[in-house]
Amino acid sequence: MTQQRILIRGGRVLDPAAQRDEIADVLVENGRIAAIGTALDAAGAEILEAAGCWVAPGFIDLHVHLREPGQEYKEDIASGGRAAVAGGFTAVVCMANTHPVNDDPSVTEYILDRARQESPARVYPVGAATRGLAGEVMTEMVALVDAGCVALSDDGKTIMDSGVMRRVFEYSQLARVPIITHAEDRTLVREGVVNEGPVSTRLGLPGNPCVAEVVHVARDITLAELAGAHLHVGHVSTAGAVDLIRAARERGVHVTAEVTPHHLVLTDEATLGYDTNTKMAPPLRSARDVAACRAGLADGTLDAIATDHAPHAVHEKDVEFTAAPPGVLGLETAVPVTLELVRCEELTPLEWIRRLSTNPARIIGRPGGSLEVGAVADVAIVDPERRWVYDPAKGFSKSRNSPWAGQEMIGRAVATLVGGALVYDVERGVLLP
Amino acid sequence: MMGRDLLGIEDLERADLERILETAERMQEVGRRDVKKVPTLRGRTLVNLFFESSTRTRTSFEIAGKRLSADVVNFSPSSSSLTKAESILDTAMTLDAMDPDAVIVRHKVAGVPKRIADALAAPVINAGDGAHEHPTQALLDCFTVKQEKGRFDGLTVTIIGDITHSRVARSNLYAFSKLGAEVRLAAPPTMLPAGVEALGAKAYTSLREALEGADVVMVLRIQQERLDGCFFPSIREYASTFGIDRRKLRFAKDDAIVMHPGPVNRGVEISHDLADQRPGVILDQVRNGVAVRMAVLYLFAGRSAKREG
Repeated sequence: MTQQRILIRGGRVLDPAAQRDEIADVLVENGRIAAIGTALDAAGAEILEAAGCWVAPGFIDLHVHLREPGQEYKEDIASGGRAAVAGGFTAVVCMANTHPVNDDPSVTEYILDRARQESPARVYPVGAATRGLAGEVMTEMVALVDAGCVALSDDGKTIMDSGVMRRVFEYSQLARVPIITHAEDRTLVREGVVNEGPVSTRLGLPGNPCVAEVVHVARDITLAELAGAHLHVGHVSTAGAVDLIRAARERGVHVTAEVTPHHLVLTDEATLGYDTNTKMAPPLRSARDVAACRAGLADGTLDAIATDHAPHAVHEKDVEFTAAPPGVLGLETAVPVTLELVRCEELTPLEWIRRLSTNPARIIGRPGGSLEVGAVADVAIVDPERRWVYDPAKGFSKSRNSPWAGQEMIGRAVATLVGGALVYDVERGVLLP
Repeated sequence: MMGRDLLGIEDLERADLERILETAERMQEVGRRDVKKVPTLRGRTLVNLFFESSTRTRTSFEIAGKRLSADVVNFSPSSSSLTKAESILDTAMTLDAMDPDAVIVRHKVAGVPKRIADALAAPVINAGDGAHEHPTQALLDCFTVKQEKGRFDGLTVTIIGDITHSRVARSNLYAFSKLGAEVRLAAPPTMLPAGVEALGAKAYTSLREALEGADVVMVLRIQQERLDGCFFPSIREYASTFGIDRRKLRFAKDDAIVMHPGPVNRGVEISHDLADQRPGVILDQVRNGVAVRMAVLYLFAGRSAKREG
């Protein structure tokens, strides 16, 4: 990154790693945090006025689908990287369900090479846990991690064979990375496309029951415990899963977990108009499940907010509800959508940032999540009060599949620094690369 | 008052239902004439857009439209945009560009008529979508019950069969509840959808309890394919536990009537004799279907003002 000298002036500096919450200036120099305080010597520095804004360590999204290689009509590393920094994310963890699947170091290297050239955000690939995401033969995990993968996952698919899952957990200790699961028992999901309950019954659409998730979270916790592995549960959506994760943590199992913005603020009732932009996997759940996820996020059972950013083209979503692919955009809306939890006083600003930044960095063992002097200057500047209307057509993602299209948002990432360079400014757009 | 489209009974008020039923009574009179045709919809074009095959419902709509002097066009494309290059919305918008006065839609996936209605200028009438709704079936069932019983308030309507996969059950549940009847649902636990009591009916797994004091016994078609999803063990066991015959009917009121939306599996969900003898009223339902659909076409396709495209 370029050697800019930047003074972020007068913002509320929020650093969960240091429990810092104060109005101060932040000086960025040589790609790192050089100083925090008042009356800093900022000769020659570019000034970023941050009065009224929160200055936080850059957000790290543990769960995105960048679609490259193979489905560049939905998204690519460049557009996904731009959407990330426009949403305050300085790094994204991209899932392996590309075409070809990221189950070989050559694919990992391709992704990282493209990211270096095209993406303003850092890109951390996830390697597949099994070849071709087929759930049968494990990948060369050590080679994938040596090539740069930060986790292993068959996300999008569930490893149904419990024997394979056990071996994946056991072997993953050689690779020293977490196994991220997509916990849905396909034999219970069957044709299900919306949460099973009064809403699926009213809609007349096949239900996907909560137990499909709960059964597999129970299985995966049990197997990870047996193997002594690090299980990271992707996109938790049910009260039952939150309870299981909480209990496992209490007895010392190495399990971490994430929850998406949509599972924190939307219930299955959002699906009542048959809008395919409310179709996700796992599906939107009941108000009781949403409350449990929010409580789990507040008490730390769920470590991270991760978007499961899943771009799909308009023509793919504009079909029968059962035929539409599941998933929604998340990178550009995560900040305003989840700020609701701060406004409801379920999370303090510092704890909100911890779940978007410090905890994700810890889970994948990468730098970030801190504004300490000397830390890499990945910074998100958020205006928590800024009101704007989200129009996906004007966003940076190539796709438009958002349940929040056209809605007024409160709060927005207004500037983003990666490696000390200003890569995004809300007035000027994406500036680098 | 009623919206532009007829997508489901859930969207309607009691007064809307009563208005449709009253209109249907007048339409039935047309069907009794020597010349069964009135000029009400002359010069108007109706499209039967049936993505899922259905000879009975399509024919009923076609006859209803023709008795009102409308031009009726049948269009039955292949059923899924997964197997066909042209999407359902493209198909519907292509038809819409030919300026029909109403589009009658049937599709095997719930919600498709709503998606089409959102995209089209013409009013859309739902002729059955997946397990969601089949509003004209419920209306003709209500019409039949009104003919037989003269009222809805205080009646008990028991719907028996695969509630989970039944649009007829859902539409009838809404319709009879709104009109003041008590609705009961009876099925094996595997065929009672999750949370169905939130829709306003009481669910039973005991057929006998569900039939106790029932005025109307509505039997749903059981589908052999449901054996695959592990919903019930065999046709024989279903017939013996939930199939309706004169012996089981004794649990209901003495003057209870037996209804079925058709097509009937004789000897499975309903005994052979009840399929065409009283207290079975199945052919009356079919007959009333034409009058009810005439009323629906008159009320929804007869309005001249179109929505801005």
